Amino acid sequence: MSPKQNNIKTFFKALPKNIFSGFVVSLIALPLGLGLAMASDAPPISGVIAAVIGGVVVSILGGSNVTIAGPGNGLVGVLLGTIATLGLESAYAAIICSGALLLVLGFLRLGKLADFFPSSAIQGMLAAIGLIILGKQFHIMLAHRIKREDTIDYLFEIPFTINDAIHYQNTGLIYAALAGVISFLIMIFYSKIRNKYLQLIPAPMWIVILSIGFSYYFELVAHEANPIALKYMISGIPEFSEIVSQIPTVNFGKIGTLPFWTSVLALTLIASIESLLSIKAVDKLDPEKRRSNVNRDLKALGLATVGSGFLGGLNVVTVIARSSVNVNNGGSNRSSNFFHALFLVIFIVLFSTQLTRIPLPALMAILVYTGYKLASPENIRKIFKIGKEQLIIFFVTLIVTLKIGLISGILSGVFITFIIHIVINKNVTLFAKNWLKPNVLMFQEDTHYYVSVKHFCSFLNFYKLKEKLDAIPENEDVILDFSLCQFVDHTVMENLNNYQELFTKRGGHFEVLGLDLHDTESEHPFALRRLLPVPKLIKNSLTRRQTTIEELTTDFDLNYDSKKERDTLFLNNFLFFRTKQINYIYNQIHNKDNSLNLFDIEFSEGEFIAKEVVRSTMLHIKLDKDIPEFTLDQEGFLEKVYAFAGFKDIPIKNHTDFSNRFYLLGEDTEAIQRFFTDQITHFFESNPYFHIESNGKDLLIFGRERLASIKEIKALYDFGKRLKEVIS
Amino acid sequence: MPLKPFKTIGIGVAFSPNLKANLYEAARLSLYFEAKLVMIHIGEQSEEKLNKLKLILSAFNKDNLEYEVVFKSGNPVDAILSTAKEKSFDLLIIGAAKRENFVKYYVGSIARKITRQAKCSLLLLINPSIERLPCRHIVVNGLEDPRTEQTIASAFYVASKLNAEQLTIVEEIKQNQIDIKVDDDKSLRHANIIKARISNRETSRINHIIEELPKEHTNNIVIKSQPIFGTQGYSIGHYAQIKRADLLVMNAPTKMTFWDRLFPHDIEHILTELPTDVLIIQ
Repeated sequence: MSPKQNNIKTFFKALPKNIFSGFVVSLIALPLGLGLAMASDAPPISGVIAAVIGGVVVSILGGSNVTIAGPGNGLVGVLLGTIATLGLESAYAAIICSGALLLVLGFLRLGKLADFFPSSAIQGMLAAIGLIILGKQFHIMLAHRIKREDTIDYLFEIPFTINDAIHYQNTGLIYAALAGVISFLIMIFYSKIRNKYLQLIPAPMWIVILSIGFSYYFELVAHEANPIALKYMISGIPEFSEIVSQIPTVNFGKIGTLPFWTSVLALTLIASIESLLSIKAVDKLDPEKRRSNVNRDLKALGLATVGSGFLGGLNVVTVIARSSVNVNNGGSNRSSNFFHALFLVIFIVLFSTQLTRIPLPALMAILVYTGYKLASPENIRKIFKIGKEQLIIFFVTLIVTLKIGLISGILSGVFITFIIHIVINKNVTLFAKNWLKPNVLMFQEDTHYYVSVKHFCSFLNFYKLKEKLDAIPENEDVILDFSLCQFVDHTVMENLNNYQELFTKRGGHFEVLGLDLHDTESEHPFALRRLLPVPKLIKNSLTRRQTTIEELTTDFDLNYDSKKERDTLFLNNFLFFRTKQINYIYNQIHNKDNSLNLFDIEFSEGEFIAKEVVRSTMLHIKLDKDIPEFTLDQEGFLEKVYAFAGFKDIPIKNHTDFSNRFYLLGEDTEAIQRFFTDQITHFFESNPYFHIESNGKDLLIFGRERLASIKEIKALYDFGKRLKEVIS
Repeated sequence: MPLKPFKTIGIGVAFSPNLKANLYEAARLSLYFEAKLVMIHIGEQSEEKLNKLKLILSAFNKDNLEYEVVFKSGNPVDAILSTAKEKSFDLLIIGAAKRENFVKYYVGSIARKITRQAKCSLLLLINPSIERLPCRHIVVNGLEDPRTEQTIASAFYVASKLNAEQLTIVEEIKQNQIDIKVDDDKSLRHANIIKARISNRETSRINHIIEELPKEHTNNIVIKSQPIFGTQGYSIGHYAQIKRADLLVMNAPTKMTFWDRLFPHDIEHILTELPTDVLIIQ
């Protein structure tokens, strides 16, 4: 029985952290919930209801670990259409039915459904959803409400709205538009400013806090009416008691009609795709490297959606942005999802009247930003880099989705992908003959798994390969051989890339073989390019910083390498990178025996709208002996907050100054206390502050989360060199 | 189980460009197995044809090859099958096209028809050659099936006759034997334990079979046993192809209905894309 008790113990130990991260997530979930619901033309509170029900049900019954459930942005487009054609009461019925369908999908173990869609088609569909959100809400952000028939018309109307907004005469509208624009700027620049106090509250909540503060300023200090036009304020947020007493009626009257079922199908399709994609992406961020039970999660999401529909809420899906915020703030199990729901309830109970002080344009700015992120030109550029044919798939899906609808859009994407594959291979029989064949063989050879794929491997039959790959523990070695395979498509390559990352993160090894042959055959070029992201050729002209570094290294007799290096395995077992994705390191400076390595690094945190790409300069020191694992940080307000949330600072005897100024963290308290001798402690006390992390064998040292100047590089290198001497 | 040595080896001959290669392969095999070679030709009997065959086989005169030519008329499939019965063939050699086209698959070519109906063991040659290509690596199935024991015994017999260096017994573990679906870490661990258990059980079953075999067949060869996870019948071909095996030895199919052709499984998969030379033990 002892493991069980341990589970309970670790659960309670992690509880404070999860409460904390649940709180931070609820700060985003509140404005997003309101905004997504309003963007779908549903009552604002319905989004919050979905988040609350989702948080409670999925945290209890779900099969994933660090995901957050709630209203999703992908569904906005479908919900808009559903509510427009069926009316709100019947839309609730459609939501309930889609929840039931999702439940059925979970029971039929159809979690693999999302694998059947080519990734460029999914990208196209998501971009279309982004444009639908952006197109509709952009006008409200600039306080210019319009009504158009077609979603595309909203997009074409944007320049006119901007023109109108510049020439506003009405102060109410000017203030409203200003609120929108400022909020939009906050969304854009929030991630650029790396300040830990600012970052403690997510950008959407800053918008909420600032706009409520603005409203109170006019009421309490200036004694004036709020200058923002009244019709651009959020309305219709009921008191908590009202929510409970006024559960909306659900109308199943249209259940026999065709539009009802197309809506249900679209809702189910998008809800499952969005959830499955999110679960997959969040699994990569999970610090404890667990594997989510996708089908169980689908069941829980389905049940939550049914409940949410009956209580007047929207569909519940797994949402990636909120989940990654959860991971970044220390969420480690499903309880954070539960607490995010709990805090939402508390907000609504305590502050529902304050929420009406939020201007609509400010809220919609959040959504415009979300929409922009979905359809950002960056994504299109990435797809173009993969291949022109992917761009065709992308745009066909995008345009059909915008013009006709989501289901037609994704189906056209699948169709055009298949046609393109046939054209590229100039061969129909390859697909027709081998589609249903069991083309994947797996066996264990010596110490590794060997997987061989025959004929072709594309989105049509990737599930067979996936089934085999999923049966391999991620800490094993895998060799995947494509030498008998004539064609491998982009969807597969992208998924394999994900597997590769997953295996590397969890201590395994995933190698893809046999594609070199394909290089010689010009028939399938794009697949290959995708697989081996060869570091880009060195730019011939170095930047000024780079030439200075080069001079510096010759002065100090060090080696310098400006190339981008993607092999960053040695950084993977540092705690700091557990929830982060390292893109590459560059500008490496190392001494002769390679024990000190200073480099610029690009890594990303979170996913999707919460994704932040960070560049920083770090120093990696290889040690000659084993030392305890620890993290050493400067003591500040934030660390005190963390201390409440269950992190424990390790005190060092007779060094109160050190203990006060530094924040020392680690598992093995005794070993760490033994390691921090007087000499080492004095060294830290008398030197400038850096963030220092030990993984037992190596040290990682860095200052701020930005690139270092030449002077700082020198200081960092010198610090590391002396630290190494002190330790060894 | 009594081992049936190959005493009489049959081959259908047509005067095609491949004739010489086919005959050389058949003659060499007959010598290895110390068997009599019977050639069946569908068509008119003539001195010219007989002389041509004799000329080709004259290369084997010094080895005292015993052979006979039978001329038959009518439906090739029936003719070959009836001769096989009359002369009590132990092994029938068929030169197979490596890949048959899409339409033919449903109709069934001569070779496949014979494969389905023959009562003797069959050797499908994908790449007959005049020079001898040594047979180094033999792959044999280790299915849990009453026929398997004899198939493995025959494989060892063939291996010792052809001086093969390695013999791999492949146990195909069917997905439905692992009655647990992998959803998360826990079920994955569970599934892997079950897989390991099945692998061990299969290996010990195979070891039992090998122990019963005559020692002179098993002594001078590297024996390997390999569990694979894939679709039965198809994956072993895939395995043989990857391992560049020279010969794949399989059980004869149990039954063949219309549905089996429509939804191919087992040996049908192998026949659609012959990975290597295939020996089907009857």
